[in-house]
Amino acid sequence: MTHPRNPGTPLDTSLFAPVNRPATERRAASMVARRSLKGAHQAAWLLNAIACMDLTTLAGDDTPDRVRRLCAKARRPLSDAVFAGLGLDAMPHTGAVCVYPTMVATAVAALGGSGIPVASVATGFPAGLMPLDLRLAEIRYAVDQGAQEIDIVITRAHVLGGDWAALYDEVAAMRAACGKAHLKAILATGDLMTLRNVYAASIVAMQAGADFIKTSTGKEGVNATLPVGLTMCRAIREYRALTGHIVGFKPAGGMKTAKDALNWQVLMREELGRDWLRPDLFRLGASSMLADIERQLSHHVTGRYAAHHRHALA
Amino acid sequence: MPTITEILATMEYGPAPESETLARDWLTRGPFGHFINGAFTSPSALFEARNPARDAVLAEVSQGSAADIEAAVQAARAAFPGWSGLSGHDRARHLYAIARQIQKRERLFAVLEALDNGKPLREARDIDVPLAVRHFYHHAGWAELVAEEFPDHGPHGVCGQIIPWNFPLLMLAWKIAPALAAGNTVVLKPAEYTPLTALLFAEICVEAGLPAGVVNIVTGDGETGAALVAHPGVDKIAFTGSTEVGRAIRRATAGTGRALTLELGGKSPFIVFADADLDAAVEGVVDAIWFNQGEVCCAGSRILVAEAVAQTFESRLRARLASLRVGDPLDKSTDIGAIVHPRQLARIRDLVARGVAAGGVLHQGTAPEGCFCAPALMTGVAPANPCVTEEIFGPVAVMMSFRTPDEAVDLANNTRYGLAASIWSENLTQAMDIAARVKAGVVWINATNLFDANAPFGGMRESGFGREGAREGMAAYLRPMAAPVAAKTPDPIAPLPQQAQGEGIDRTHKLYIGGGQKRADSGQSYSILNNGTLQGHAPLGSRKDIRNAVEAAQKATGWTAMSGHARAQVLYFLGENLQARRDSLRAFAPAPEIDTAIARAFYYAAWADKFDARVHDTQSRHATLAMKEPFGAMGLICAEEAPLAGFLSLVLPAIAMGNRVVALPAQGNPLAALELAQVFACSDIPAGVINTVSGPLADLAATLAAHDDVAALWCAQPALAATLEHDSAGNLKPVWQVTDPLAQGQAFLNAATQIKTIWVPYGA
Repeated sequence: MTHPRNPGTPLDTSLFAPVNRPATERRAASMVARRSLKGAHQAAWLLNAIACMDLTTLAGDDTPDRVRRLCAKARRPLSDAVFAGLGLDAMPHTGAVCVYPTMVATAVAALGGSGIPVASVATGFPAGLMPLDLRLAEIRYAVDQGAQEIDIVITRAHVLGGDWAALYDEVAAMRAACGKAHLKAILATGDLMTLRNVYAASIVAMQAGADFIKTSTGKEGVNATLPVGLTMCRAIREYRALTGHIVGFKPAGGMKTAKDALNWQVLMREELGRDWLRPDLFRLGASSMLADIERQLSHHVTGRYAAHHRHALA
Repeated sequence: MPTITEILATMEYGPAPESETLARDWLTRGPFGHFINGAFTSPSALFEARNPARDAVLAEVSQGSAADIEAAVQAARAAFPGWSGLSGHDRARHLYAIARQIQKRERLFAVLEALDNGKPLREARDIDVPLAVRHFYHHAGWAELVAEEFPDHGPHGVCGQIIPWNFPLLMLAWKIAPALAAGNTVVLKPAEYTPLTALLFAEICVEAGLPAGVVNIVTGDGETGAALVAHPGVDKIAFTGSTEVGRAIRRATAGTGRALTLELGGKSPFIVFADADLDAAVEGVVDAIWFNQGEVCCAGSRILVAEAVAQTFESRLRARLASLRVGDPLDKSTDIGAIVHPRQLARIRDLVARGVAAGGVLHQGTAPEGCFCAPALMTGVAPANPCVTEEIFGPVAVMMSFRTPDEAVDLANNTRYGLAASIWSENLTQAMDIAARVKAGVVWINATNLFDANAPFGGMRESGFGREGAREGMAAYLRPMAAPVAAKTPDPIAPLPQQAQGEGIDRTHKLYIGGGQKRADSGQSYSILNNGTLQGHAPLGSRKDIRNAVEAAQKATGWTAMSGHARAQVLYFLGENLQARRDSLRAFAPAPEIDTAIARAFYYAAWADKFDARVHDTQSRHATLAMKEPFGAMGLICAEEAPLAGFLSLVLPAIAMGNRVVALPAQGNPLAALELAQVFACSDIPAGVINTVSGPLADLAATLAAHDDVAALWCAQPALAATLEHDSAGNLKPVWQVTDPLAQGQAFLNAATQIKTIWVPYGA
């Protein structure tokens, strides 16, 4: 951490701002066409994406062995040959590993000594429709198991019903339950639908003390999109301008390619600046994206297009 | 080159240059001649096409002489019968082939454009070339449909087209595609600074199998353009460029009978309300004035921000300014490339220095050495600052604040230009109100610089006249096939006194100005004779009466604000009253004329609420409205024939569309028109909507033509065309030569309106 945690502020809906969807979509489309990354620069940005990645498994068929395999990949995301070809000082590792609460202990053990934190979803992920006391208890359980980061889901009904105080109180209570663990607030933007809702929910989550705001669970119909990300980044920027507090951003879900990794980083660099390309302020919630990044890096090193089966599974 | 580890520390973008090999290979074909009659001429009188970003020669091209223009016009003339004789379908095949052929070489076009103009490759690749291709596809469609959709119309013949250097290929497409679709042949002169993509396009014409002579391209400077404008074999001139040159072309073509469309400069307002999505509006400014180095005629260069958010907006804008990347146009991460030529850069710097000297505070980003201009924002400016009034044509915006929507409109319209406007508000009720009130040919709501082949583009006021794109743009390359009706010129003014003939109480006809009957300012009348017999006396109007009449017309804005239905009611009432006074009017006009006048009132009452705007199909989730707006105050020079019906045949369509008019009735017999004052008054026509000034037609018409507050002129006196067109250059009002002043029809309504294209993107 290079910055103090966001302490939050009282609820203040006057920070809400209108969001124009067509204009937001135009900016999202042109922004990624305005920047190009080639050669070594592209390779470096892809490595940075690995360092900012929450390598994730959140499936009903997760088992301890599956989680251990993921952790192994998080520790050694690249083959020795690719690693050597890139001329790096040390093997990179992912920003975190993200799992369900019952898998936290397994992940913590598997990552021992690596310095890679374990993130856990909680609060009745993905829908969040459980009694609040159970959701808070789930946070405490995950923290107790060793999770350093908690990805909570908000109650979408509070946003859709405009009950901002309820949303604020809920996230504030979750933040309190997290203690020293960092709170990432999943807004489930695919459920909120309008960019106005996304902006408002972002502001309330930050005012309630979220360390990160995050787009999606990966389970909504639409997950991370650049216009949604742009809207959330603008909320982060405005919140910082008005309060001085710094909040991170995590797109998650639906991002599968190395090109996605570059596009999202361009968004961060253009809208929020270089600091938001560090893992303490930026995470990519992804699973299959890592494999594509590895293939692109392999191509950079060898000049040959790579095949999935020649790289280690996550 | 930094190592990967070093890059990880800085997270810089690094260089991402596009290869220029394709373009370099193509350039070895130079030096280039002109493209005339399907082949390139031998290069001669060479000048350099330069790459402004590197201050290097790209190729040598030929300076077109009068003889070259002559050869090109002759080739176009010779090709015209064959080309215009093709079926629309056959012309469509050619235009389709051109579109496909450009697409096959889109990378070469994009790189060549970036090299020659200095614009970022990204813009050439993502904007210029795709829009040019779209234009040819769209007009392949028009070639197919033109006979069906424009009955009784045909091509002008040979079109002389002069295009600017800011969007060389795109402007070529805007000019050539509709001209060819309509059946015209073309002589096009690309800009001196940027001739190369036009020469590549010439090759495309050959590859696409276009018949020789249909498209001719002559390179050169302003002298070449002047030779093209002056050539008597050219039937229509289309020009895009500076208002200054547009004015000169207007004067040069005056009275030649050649059709003319002008797309000129601008100083377009960019209006940000407090309820706007401010971040979106900041990006709007980027797309407005920091697009194409600010070398954009419709650039939103005057930012007007609501006081309530002015500080916030300024700080966000300045932060955004700092993140723009200025540099190598071929680098794919460049936002702003090179200024087209050092001369243009010097002009920008000079104007900016004048703005600063006048009190402007400049906030500027950074730019490399060479022909580059750092993007900038100027605050602390008043409306009289030269950077507020003059088109900079560089990446420099000025910013002022406003208090109320009314003030925003006042500031927005406080300019000689009227090309475009951009309005930012999440309140559509407010945004549409401002869109309706701003003087601009193109209005973007919560967007800026959106273009499409099916969206009419063009200006009001001194930004020119005529539209490019869509149905409205096609109309500019077509003319009615009917021959003009021969017109009678007025007899000389007959002075007083003449022997009185009448009986009873003397009737003194007066001018009709501002709803009142006024004596002529000169204090004189003149005699109206019919075969030597005195019919009566008419007031001898003069320039001061014209001044008063225009003032009255300017004030009668309530008429324009009325609904078409409400205006129709007034016109029907006028018809009713004409009928009621049929007998008394018989003293001034024959019965058939009175009947015609009544029929006209009904006809234009019928149209008043039916001459509808169009909604154009452009992009998905965009309502693109082509509103038909009245000009405001118009001048009408009526025919000498049919003193009553001829007068109303011009007045009624103009006012039916919401214009207010100063009409000059037949010099030799204005009594019928003057007599109408009483009918107008009792027909609920508001004061100032119709103003009638009799007297020496040529003098009065010249005053109207030179009047800067008259927005359009109709002339049914062909003998006056040369003077009026020449004098209209002052404010570049369009002058419509009425070919059949006793007719009725939609041609009158088209000439009574100008298109305002309003783009409304939507999405919840």
